[in-house]
Amino acid sequence: MERIPILRMGRVLLVTIQVDMHDQLAVTLQDDLTSKIVETGARGVLIDISSLEVVDSFIGRILGNIATMSRVLDAQTVVVGMQPAVAITLVELGMSLPGVRTALDVEKGMALLHASMEDDEVVLEVADASLED
Amino acid sequence: MTTRIHEILRKYPSELLTEWLNAMTAGGVRRDALMKEAELREQCAEFLRLLTQATEQGNLTDITGSAFTPAREMLERLSRSRSLQGFSPAETATFIFSFKQPLFDRMRREYASQPEVVADEMWGGTLLLDKLGLYTTEVHQRAREEVIMRQQQEMMELSTPVVQLWDRIVCLPLIGTLDSGRTQTVMETLLQRIVETGAEIAIIDITGVPTVDTLTAQHLIKTVTATRLMGAECVISGIRPQIAQTIVHLGVDLAGVVTKSSVAGAFSWALKRLNPSVSAQGPRTPGKA
Repeated sequence: MERIPILRMGRVLLVTIQVDMHDQLAVTLQDDLTSKIVETGARGVLIDISSLEVVDSFIGRILGNIATMSRVLDAQTVVVGMQPAVAITLVELGMSLPGVRTALDVEKGMALLHASMEDDEVVLEVADASLED
Repeated sequence: MTTRIHEILRKYPSELLTEWLNAMTAGGVRRDALMKEAELREQCAEFLRLLTQATEQGNLTDITGSAFTPAREMLERLSRSRSLQGFSPAETATFIFSFKQPLFDRMRREYASQPEVVADEMWGGTLLLDKLGLYTTEVHQRAREEVIMRQQQEMMELSTPVVQLWDRIVCLPLIGTLDSGRTQTVMETLLQRIVETGAEIAIIDITGVPTVDTLTAQHLIKTVTATRLMGAECVISGIRPQIAQTIVHLGVDLAGVVTKSSVAGAFSWALKRLNPSVSAQGPRTPGKA
């Protein structure tokens, strides 16, 4: 069966969607990704949809679901490279993906993830320091 | 079967022409300042010729038929040229209507002994000339609509420039009323430019938008949301006091949208937002990105 590969880069999982998403593929991705987050203890998920040209309400909902599930599993999701046509379609469908963070390309998305993970670590160190005192 | 109108037209073409021209002069329909007499005479003669030809089949009620095609084409040309010359559509229609008088006079003289025939034929002739007269008005209106559509198209293209203010900052100054069609173009252009320039912040300036209603506000919110989905941020600037009041009265929720009073304010907000990386790389010249 066709699958979308999930690559691990340090503490971030990278998913690049290069084919047309059909419903089964999207559900499989959701399953694979959630198990992979738990397996690797990843802190961030980066989904690159720059090659995705057609989107429907189901795919939009799956994207939103993935983001919510990852947050529950303590990983942040960033969707990058959305095409203008896709963005317009999602807005017209009334799906603004409120929980999903977005960036223009993989590079900026990665910077965003690293920045927020660093923030988390700083908080942890502060917490550690206060415990030692 | 030939009608009596056709017979009259065939029998007295030159008399009808002369009487028509006289009637127009008497009725004050002629505008010598706009049109020379020779030209008018030529047009009248052509119309008479084509009308004779068209009525040959005996069909006086349906001017959309093929028998009337040359006459219709002539009227189209006439209507267009007259509107260019400065005639009003009413004057062009009156030109056709004024033919009634000579035609009916002729008819009355020709069939003086048969008043019923005259009455019937007059009714038929009135209907026919009315239709032809109204046809010129219709053509005139159609020509106007074409002009309006072309201008709308041009305005649509003119009014959606997306300018780059700085590295990774683009600005879209909106001017004029926003309708659905225009907003679609605006949204597409903006999103496309964001992809092309890799802009992280888009400023939508609505100083030039006279009024905002619920629909316009919804379109704005849609654009802001689509921009966010693409991975860029959107600022709305130039909201006028009345518009701010309207937005609140309408109950439009702009809570998730950053708003600034002027483009300058939005630009400085954008620069601060990008500041860490801007100061690290040094500001690049705008437009070079």
